[in-house]
Amino acid sequence: MRTAVCAALMALYQQDPFVFLTGDLGFQALEPLRTLMGERFINAGIAEQNMVSVAAGMAQQGMAVWIYSIAPFCYARPFEQIRNDICHHGLPVRLIGNGGGYGYGAMGPSHHALEDYGVLLTLPHIRAYVPIFAQDVGAVVQRMAAESTPGYLRLGRCERPDGYVVPPYAPWRLLLPGGGQPVVVVGPLAGGLLAALASVAEEWRPAVWGVSELPLTCHPPPESFLAAVRASRRLVVLEEHVVQGGVGQMLAHLLVQQGIAVDAFVHRHALGYLSGTCGSQSFHRRECGLDPGSLLHLLGVV
Amino acid sequence: MNGQPETYAMLRARAVGRLLRMHLESHVGHVGGNLSALDALLCLHHQVMGPDDRFVLSKGHAAGALYVTLWTTGVLDDAQLHTFHRDGTRLAGHPMAGWIPAIPVSTGSLGHGLSLAVGMAMARRLQGRPGAIYCLTSDGEWQEGAMWEALILARHQRVNHLTVLVDVNGLQGFGTTDEVASLADLAPRMTGFGVGVVTVDGHDPEAIRQAVVRQDRDPDGPRVVLLRTIKGKGVSRFENRLESHYLPLSPEDYAQALAVVGEEP
Repeated sequence: MRTAVCAALMALYQQDPFVFLTGDLGFQALEPLRTLMGERFINAGIAEQNMVSVAAGMAQQGMAVWIYSIAPFCYARPFEQIRNDICHHGLPVRLIGNGGGYGYGAMGPSHHALEDYGVLLTLPHIRAYVPIFAQDVGAVVQRMAAESTPGYLRLGRCERPDGYVVPPYAPWRLLLPGGGQPVVVVGPLAGGLLAALASVAEEWRPAVWGVSELPLTCHPPPESFLAAVRASRRLVVLEEHVVQGGVGQMLAHLLVQQGIAVDAFVHRHALGYLSGTCGSQSFHRRECGLDPGSLLHLLGVV
Repeated sequence: MNGQPETYAMLRARAVGRLLRMHLESHVGHVGGNLSALDALLCLHHQVMGPDDRFVLSKGHAAGALYVTLWTTGVLDDAQLHTFHRDGTRLAGHPMAGWIPAIPVSTGSLGHGLSLAVGMAMARRLQGRPGAIYCLTSDGEWQEGAMWEALILARHQRVNHLTVLVDVNGLQGFGTTDEVASLADLAPRMTGFGVGVVTVDGHDPEAIRQAVVRQDRDPDGPRVVLLRTIKGKGVSRFENRLESHYLPLSPEDYAQALAVVGEEP
């Protein structure tokens, strides 16, 4: 999605100039943006704490600011700067973290982002955005720019199946209609599941819902989704994020608050490093039961 | 003032008296670091800064000195100072932003303010807006790595409308700066990053003013002014003593300090 975000930011810049700070990342992706922006494209060096506070200082002076880094370097290392300098001030600084979840694979745990939106959403004002497909990124960037609040954009790898027609972007979308129980998937993880379900007859397969904006208090699920949960009394939630602070917990809270009872609630999520080893994103998804085969078994369609 | 122009000594005496009364009434500590920073704050706000300039108190624990300085400039009134550290106040123990331009950012966690100030100064340049940014840090605060990150970027980006003042009082929370994690002498360490540094008596307002407004400022980066100061200056029980960092003022301390500056209780 890096190419998509570069194109989206270039389009945004031509509408409404902003400042872009990178923590020395963006090689072979952001060069066109750098050329377009000139002095407003600033490589702040390998110093993320400073970069976040500098961005806050710029925003305090009335500038729109976007920050870019590998996801954990963007939210974990400078957490206090995000908390104090951006969120406590309610400043419209947008953070872009590349490689959500296990996206950086065998690069190792230092590069993984398994708790990003859960941690950030504990802070005031901030919203999180998790596009599912590269085609979503343009709309997401525009929506983030339109908000006056801090935002966090979790980028992943687009896993759109061949031939799949992406439905128009929305914070909640029905990605695949089905006669079975509703399944909620956060972000690009949905792509692999859509591919696996493509050959399953609609009457047997689950209805797959994609979530791309958080928290749910800002973007609650549509009534059609809640009606499906009421009817089936079952819910499956899938996300490449740890259980604490994840969408599974958010949805369980929402259902309890709304008095919607379910007989079965399954939450598949990131489990860290069960084997103590490291590998590709697919390897880690398999360890967590988030790979397409495990999900088909879970959903009872094989 | 009997129609006479207020001298700096008179201004300072008034500010010290009000600062100490505020801390006495609220039973709040951090008196030492407020007294070491007070001259720099008064000098900046009365003799240096213009309406387009902004100030960042990176050593947020000197909030009392900032509030009293803003009281001397008429931005805050006596009733507001009376709310210091009380329920419902905007005058917290560390500055809260968002209600007056004179406090543009919230601070309190050390190592944030300089980066914020660098961002503010860079934004001013990109926007083509006038005005300089002034940032006051503590000396122990330079143990925070983010301070050096900010200094590197400010120098690299040639942010020359930023002045960084360092309150070198030599004491931090649980020891002297030399005992805890010495950075002595700060000046060569900073000049090693290519930053222009001058050192002055931090209780001499004219020396501070001259250092800050010098016309030969380095066009390639920010200026750093190291202020040699005395923590707890004017309160004999606190001067250059660790206790001045946290302990509140006693009525006896208050009376003694007022006598030194010639203020009435």
